[in-house]
Amino acid sequence: MNGAQAMVKCLEREKIRTIFGYPGAAICPFYDALLDSKVHHVLVRTEQNAAHAASGYARTTGGVGVCVATSGPGATNLLTGIASAYMDSIPLVVITGQVKSDLIGRDVFQEADITGAAEPFTKHSYLVTKAADLPRVFKEAFYIAAAGRPGPVLIDIPVDIQLHTVPKFDYDTPVDILSYKPSVQGHPLQIKKAVTALMAAKRPVLCAGGGVFSAKAQKELRALVEAFDLPTVCTMMGVGALPSAHPLNLGMLGSHGCVPANKAIRDADLVVMAGARVGDRAVAAPNQVAGRAKIIHIDIDPAEIGKNMAAHIPIVGDLKQVLGALAEKIEEKAPAEWVQVVTDRKKRYAAKSIDPLDKYVEPKTFLRAFSKRLESNAVVCADVGQNQIWCANNVEVREGRLFTSGGMGTMGYSIPCALGVKCADPKRRVIAVCGDGSFQMSMMELATICQEQKGVKIIVMRNGRLGMVRELQKNHYNEAYSGVLLDGSPDFVKIAAAYGIRARSVSSNEEAMAAVEEMLADDQPYLLECVVPWDYPSL
Amino acid sequence: MKYTMSVLVTNQPGVLSKVAGLFSRRGFNIDSLAVGTTEDPTVSRMTIVVDGDEYIVEQVEKQLNKLIPVIKVKTLEQGSHIPRTLSLIKVSVSAGQRADIMRISELMGARIVDATRTSLTIEFSDTAERADTLETLLKPYGIREIVRTGTIAIEKGADPIRKTQT
Repeated sequence: MNGAQAMVKCLEREKIRTIFGYPGAAICPFYDALLDSKVHHVLVRTEQNAAHAASGYARTTGGVGVCVATSGPGATNLLTGIASAYMDSIPLVVITGQVKSDLIGRDVFQEADITGAAEPFTKHSYLVTKAADLPRVFKEAFYIAAAGRPGPVLIDIPVDIQLHTVPKFDYDTPVDILSYKPSVQGHPLQIKKAVTALMAAKRPVLCAGGGVFSAKAQKELRALVEAFDLPTVCTMMGVGALPSAHPLNLGMLGSHGCVPANKAIRDADLVVMAGARVGDRAVAAPNQVAGRAKIIHIDIDPAEIGKNMAAHIPIVGDLKQVLGALAEKIEEKAPAEWVQVVTDRKKRYAAKSIDPLDKYVEPKTFLRAFSKRLESNAVVCADVGQNQIWCANNVEVREGRLFTSGGMGTMGYSIPCALGVKCADPKRRVIAVCGDGSFQMSMMELATICQEQKGVKIIVMRNGRLGMVRELQKNHYNEAYSGVLLDGSPDFVKIAAAYGIRARSVSSNEEAMAAVEEMLADDQPYLLECVVPWDYPSL
Repeated sequence: MKYTMSVLVTNQPGVLSKVAGLFSRRGFNIDSLAVGTTEDPTVSRMTIVVDGDEYIVEQVEKQLNKLIPVIKVKTLEQGSHIPRTLSLIKVSVSAGQRADIMRISELMGARIVDATRTSLTIEFSDTAERADTLETLLKPYGIREIVRTGTIAIEKGADPIRKTQT
């Protein structure tokens, strides 16, 4: 067995069914070995999207996603995808080819120090120097990617190592990394303190972050929320941790969040941060919040606790275990007046009518109606820009998910992510929602969607502008608009037609909903262009 | 405030750059960093002197612990450890000054390790503060060159670091 065959075998042993990548000279032995395997390779149209698709795949399976690229530009093109996964704690194993071992450091053709370049965005990385190490390195990489706080792990493999003989393929020896033993059990004393504090609180609120999904703790979260009547807000990464329509779900907090969520945090005397890293978009002034309220911060990554916000009761541990333990030990209900105040606020906010628009699709009402029309386990992949904020605040998540690049805010994420979702779970309904800016950042993946015959549905909110930047310039730069006009963009319906993808352009909510019926009638790719106003607020 | 941290890492290529990179990208200030082997050939030990406050030190500890090759991080308490730096100082000498410089070296506990007609090279192992003092004393004679290592440190008492609690 050579190194490349061992690499493929490792993927098989990890039960990876689909990988996303782009070949090149330095990774050719691996692609050769792939021919003899059932592992399916999806050829993306640019490497960055291989990482995004692997991210969608990982978020759907709850396991690790795998992407592959060659040395040099193939590897460097992956960087934005790796960084996006790192910021959102998505487990990836990233495989890159490298130039021949004895040429490393000589600046030969397509050589790049990718382990060095990716260092700030990877949980760990390997430059493999011996073929014999490959099974151990792969096993460790998959373990590290998924254990504790998940994240991307890079394996860089020189082309000659892929061709060397692997003397013994041992994939059964358990991983034992002396220096990496994440603690998952929350400290019982801290949990006890948290229970006491919760029961003593007059105005408690829980803030659910993306960690709830990483820990697969949605059930435990709901159990705690319902056992205690605990009003809950979420970060962008935590949207859907509790179903959107749950009476105690007050919506997304932060600078782009909604009024009921932000007022709840403002008024709270106790906040449980659950798997949330207190990013600036979620909590702009963490010290003010911590000054008013007692903070219980639960995270599997001890470095997140106290990084951005002081915590009165820190709990390091796996959310599934900690939330489960809290739910079990809670014996009272949160004060009824408080619950009444925040849930009334939510009802009043939700009942506010939004004026329809003449000659345009009104995005908020459309996304509400559209998401209600979807299957309950549908996945919506929101891109970055105004479309992301419209989605996060208006898409109703039931048993499905909302995937987006929350931390990095990477434009172009939604389409490759949706492709990854569809590859992981072909029966799932998957919709990518993007703007005309972000669509044009990954428009090339329409070809991959066709090649793979995956029924990815795409909604493009078209306003001919980079709407979110324009809004920023409107509000903070004296309406001096710079570099935000998307003139020269093509007719997206025709673009789709060129790929053989059905498409329609609509400019009213009635038309849009009619088109949605057409879109959802089958499992073929579809592109719906919604013309939205160019001077329309995100909130 | 200066904090001295001992960091045990697995002895593998790239660890130093991982640690150094972490300091620069998180905006932590390193005063000095020294690295060398230990009693266990698979483990290296770094001694890092950090300039910061308690928040910074806690963050440095936590972020270092996230690096997979980092086995143990310990911030050494003031007064509970013995810090040392090694200095090599080349001083100009004229005929009349040689005895003066030798007396200063003797007074400070430094060793003369090389001598020429016009220079003396002095080796000095002590705390960073005492190394500064020696430098000040030698300055009037004309310092030609100084080489100093970063601080290394070991805890007082009988227990090795791997046994003590962080």
